Amino acid sequence: MTEPILQARDLVKRFGEFNAVDGVSFSVDPGESFGFLGPNGAGKTSTMRMISAVSQPTAGSLSVFGLDPRTHGPEIRGRIGVVPQEDTLELELSVRLNLEMFGRYFDIPRAILRERAIDLLAFTQLSERADDRVEDLSGGMKRRLTIARALINQPEILILDEPTTGLDPQARHLLWDRLYRLKREGVTLIITTHYMDEAEQLCDRLVVMDHGTIVASGTPRELITHHSTREVVELRFNTDSHDGYHDRLAPFAQRLEVLPDRVLLYVDEGDETLRRIHEHQITPMSALVRRSSLEDVFLRLTGRTLVD
Amino acid sequence: MLTRTLPRFGSRRSLRVFERNLTVYRSQWLMLISGFFEPLFYLLSIGLGLNHLVGPLRVGGHVVSYATFVAPGMLATSAMNGAMIDTIFNTFFRLKISHSYDAILSTPLDVTDVALGEVWWALARAGAYGASFIVCMVLLGDAGSAWVALCWPAAILTSLTFSAIGLAACTYVRSWQDFDLVTLVQLPIFLFSATFFPISLYPHWLGAIVAISPLYQSAALLRGLSLGVFQWVMLGRIAYLVVLALVGLRVAANRFRRILVP
Ligand SMILES: Nc1ncnc2c1ncn2[C@@H]1O[C@H](COP(=O)(O)OP(=O)(O)O)[C@@H](O)[C@H]1O
Ligand SMILES: [Mg+2]
Repeated sequence: MTEPILQARDLVKRFGEFNAVDGVSFSVDPGESFGFLGPNGAGKTSTMRMISAVSQPTAGSLSVFGLDPRTHGPEIRGRIGVVPQEDTLELELSVRLNLEMFGRYFDIPRAILRERAIDLLAFTQLSERADDRVEDLSGGMKRRLTIARALINQPEILILDEPTTGLDPQARHLLWDRLYRLKREGVTLIITTHYMDEAEQLCDRLVVMDHGTIVASGTPRELITHHSTREVVELRFNTDSHDGYHDRLAPFAQRLEVLPDRVLLYVDEGDETLRRIHEHQITPMSALVRRSSLEDVFLRLTGRTLVD
Repeated sequence: MLTRTLPRFGSRRSLRVFERNLTVYRSQWLMLISGFFEPLFYLLSIGLGLNHLVGPLRVGGHVVSYATFVAPGMLATSAMNGAMIDTIFNTFFRLKISHSYDAILSTPLDVTDVALGEVWWALARAGAYGASFIVCMVLLGDAGSAWVALCWPAAILTSLTFSAIGLAACTYVRSWQDFDLVTLVQLPIFLFSATFFPISLYPHWLGAIVAISPLYQSAALLRGLSLGVFQWVMLGRIAYLVVLALVGLRVAANRFRRILVP
């Protein structure tokens, strides 16, 4: 068995009287890509900042590369790369200088940095913008530059805090593609997201966080199998409130969620269920059968939808 | 206090923050150059204007031209303005707008490295601009004596003190609007620090208040050094500036820590 590259036990981060992270435990193996899925305020960023040896845990134990961040902060930070939730690029510097200057904080010689910057700009498809000011880049380009910057010290762990929030689909897919490549090169990825599809696409294993605690963990498939059914039927009715449909639809599903704008029926055979509903003269305005996703897992575990 | 503070405070890595600032300012060379012309503007405006309107003054037994009297005051003012603008505006930008410090803290550097790096930067900038100011004083004939060379370390100390105060103050700034407040504090300090005329011209009670102003202490120190008039009270002025600098740095480091790594 390999040693975990990252291990947390009963980790707590308190701000004043409030536990932003309230006793979480997890461990990540080298080369794995590990996700933290949860809504805004779940405590994902606070957890990332502790893992990246920037903010001190209030309680609990944490080990990164087998080292304690409390005592080996500089050494740990030297071996990881961080893509923070908010861009922190040097707005006054060119794209290339952003990379080269950042590398200097790791004591990397300038000649090596010049070469690495060229490679990383090619990797993130920014070569043509090398001499432009950062201010002029699009959101997706800034994100890619932030990733390039996080790789300048050739980190063993790359921590990405909501890497694709606010990006258009095309920019997201380009970014995902680069992350796959890094994973194939053996970089351990730690990703937080509130996008289900991102978690399903990128993560080997993930934990679902809510209110500072971990409410479930496993592979995306395991989570869906354990906490949801195979398929979901989504029904919308021509009504102001869907509440009234709860009792009428309950017999058709293993489990049922009434949302403000639709009803979700958790079943194994979606088409079969829909046929039986129609037989009973229940006529929704629209009906959709789809496979269960992590969104459903989250709804099941927390009683809330995840975003927007 | 100094020896107790230094070992825990920062590491060799703080030089990277200096390097960062140099990299950023290199791409803004116009601003860097303008700093060297500033003393010429200060000194020429007095030399060509006020000097002809205001007659010679008696300072500590010497009779000196108004330009010679006022040049050290201008040097002190220039050191204060340079230090305050650089720390308050630029450090605020890095701390709360561009989040440059957050980026730096994800590398091996820590908060004390960042604070110390900004001090190195402030010292280097003060050294360069202070030297250029003193050279201009000498060239324009506004130096009181050869002792004017001692104005250089004193001007650097002045910059350090105001940089420390500025570093601490900028952590309390919430938005660009708050900078009006900074101006509101800086302007009376500038106008009421006996930089343009002897403190003896103030009423007694106001003189006592003016003595609190670090700009006054610095101007009086620089004036004494420029004229080669040495008094024991100058040691007190140096001590005052040093203490303010140390307190400012302590407060700044604590505030940086609270903001950057809560
Ligand atoms: N520096 C701080 N001071 C006080 N509260 C904070 C601080 N940082 C985060 N919080 C609070 O902690 C909770 C978790 O925040 P965060 O870790 O950013 O969650 P997420 O990244 O999952 O959105 C939120 O309620 C947030 O308001
Ligand atoms: Mg967050």
